[in-house]
Amino acid sequence: MPGQRKVYVVSGGVTKFAKAHPEMDFRLMVKRAYDYAMGDVPKLKASEIESSRISYFSDHFARQLKAASMVQDFLGLNPKDSRRIEWGGATGGQAVQAGWETVASGRNDVCLVAGFETMSSVETWKGNEFIALASDTNFDYPVGGFYTGYYALMVQRHIYEFVRKTRFAGVKDEKKAQQAATEEAKRVMAMVSVKNHINALHNPYSQYPERLTMKEALGREMIAHPINRPSVCTMSDGAAVLILASEEAAFRYTDHPVLIKGVGCGTDTMRLADRPQGKVPRFAWEKAADYAGLKYPGVHSFRAGRTAALEAYKNSGIKNPIEELSFVELHDAYSSSEIQTYEDIGLCRYGEGYDFVEQGHPFLKNIDYGLNLPKRGTIPVNPSGGLIACGHPVGATGIMQGVFAFWQLQNSIAKHFGNDKLQIKDAERGLIHSHAGTGSAVTVTIMERA
Amino acid sequence: MASPKKFAKFRDVMEEVKKSGAAIYTNPTGTSDLVVLSPYSMNYIHSYAQDSEFFLRLAKGKLYGSECKNCHYRYATPRSHCINCGHETKWFELPLEGRVHSWTTCYFGSEEFLKETPFNLVLVEFDGVDTLLLSRLFGIEEKDIYIGMGVKARFRKPARYLISDVHFIPAERKSSRRK
Ligand SMILES: [Zn+2]
Repeated sequence: MPGQRKVYVVSGGVTKFAKAHPEMDFRLMVKRAYDYAMGDVPKLKASEIESSRISYFSDHFARQLKAASMVQDFLGLNPKDSRRIEWGGATGGQAVQAGWETVASGRNDVCLVAGFETMSSVETWKGNEFIALASDTNFDYPVGGFYTGYYALMVQRHIYEFVRKTRFAGVKDEKKAQQAATEEAKRVMAMVSVKNHINALHNPYSQYPERLTMKEALGREMIAHPINRPSVCTMSDGAAVLILASEEAAFRYTDHPVLIKGVGCGTDTMRLADRPQGKVPRFAWEKAADYAGLKYPGVHSFRAGRTAALEAYKNSGIKNPIEELSFVELHDAYSSSEIQTYEDIGLCRYGEGYDFVEQGHPFLKNIDYGLNLPKRGTIPVNPSGGLIACGHPVGATGIMQGVFAFWQLQNSIAKHFGNDKLQIKDAERGLIHSHAGTGSAVTVTIMERA
Repeated sequence: MASPKKFAKFRDVMEEVKKSGAAIYTNPTGTSDLVVLSPYSMNYIHSYAQDSEFFLRLAKGKLYGSECKNCHYRYATPRSHCINCGHETKWFELPLEGRVHSWTTCYFGSEEFLKETPFNLVLVEFDGVDTLLLSRLFGIEEKDIYIGMGVKARFRKPARYLISDVHFIPAERKSSRRK
């Protein structure tokens, strides 16, 4: 865009995500991630940071209004420009873009993006209640507000549109056809869960690394049919930071900054019930005939995700994401929404997400998953382990993705993880994707090796 | 006052805090963290404002949607203003029978609804209406629900002026099946 300056990531830091960090409050958690990031660019002095964008999702979890001001205070950044960013589950992704904006606009040369969440302050089911308050409290929450339930409603329709109507088109008995389609989809969701948990074995920051088998992934307790426990992310405490800088400043601090090539954001109705039944906004390589008769987005797909990807690809000059992207870190709050997101961001067409997993495309090449994956490694998705295995301290999550993507593109995974198992060789370009309540807002950010 | 009890497991700390109000977590990182109970509750004085009429009619056992006065888009979950053209909407009575557009059975839930699990959530579609309604489906188990099945509305008496004043049940009672 004219007048827009190039923005680089110069450093990042993450605390280990955990069920609880009773030894650190939110301020100290952010400070730890911040100190790590500052330690990685010794030439950058704290006095050179001109502003901050600080994100956390919930005042209910924080039990402290204006908690972002307390972070600013604790880090010693007063009296500089700062603001709090909140955008539901996409809070972290939105904070990254807010930091990008302040540097791209020329207002600042160096901006700190920092996020956190302290979800251990209440018990799990109370935490679910807090999160469900991010649905319409007149019409949705009182019915039985529960986010896993909402995503189950969405994937059930996705399965109906894209598995029932294709693989089971010949089955006459409607109920039997739907049940068979759901069993098929559950198997594919379990594959995604296996992938993310096994990837996380090599990520020391992850909360739930596990050598998960298909049998275990399929056998664990149901949360909301057809989504079971290994397919759901958990409550976490954690913090993450990124330091962004203009081109001139970035190369003063490091020889290996990473360019934020383009950003995109989309939104949709808060209530699932209100989602339109219209036409698919298509990528250049998709034909109208691909989606004949498909009512979009309905509740099966995320129009906000498609909108964000269209904008981000346009701004980054990406014509063919599967060729041009080296990896994707996406918001897998559920293994179902990971599959839905492949389609939204154009890694495959709508309806091809299940096949995309079964073929092995989003798995890493050099890791053994105990699965037969003929086309493994086309485009690794969530090499870090994603939300499902890393944890999801909401305000930190989208920034965490940015940190992992930054290290991938810097080729510094070995330095930060203590092993290079997850390092994607010659990674050139990555996509990070942050997603809020039932797809009501999604950000997509493209990062590129400088 | 006796000093708080110490625990090496955070789960035990949580239980003790709920019981006595305070506990010390002997953290494997080497710190001793004092954890206390911090209660928080409030009553909101909440107005349904432009949606008030919907809840008043619901309490009388009637289900209303809203139709755009300009483009005639019909909302099953009412909205006072159209999201397609911005015009005001008018009320129209929804049919009391519809179909399952999507569904799930929740085995866990938010704390407020945990005691009601398992329960079924459904998005209901109605003939001639453009959007859906989120509700509960009673009187049927997971294995028998499917997309497209007919459902009919039932109303809670006395009403509580909540969206849960309406729920759905299967439209056709199955003839009793032999085991
Ligand atoms: Zn209208």
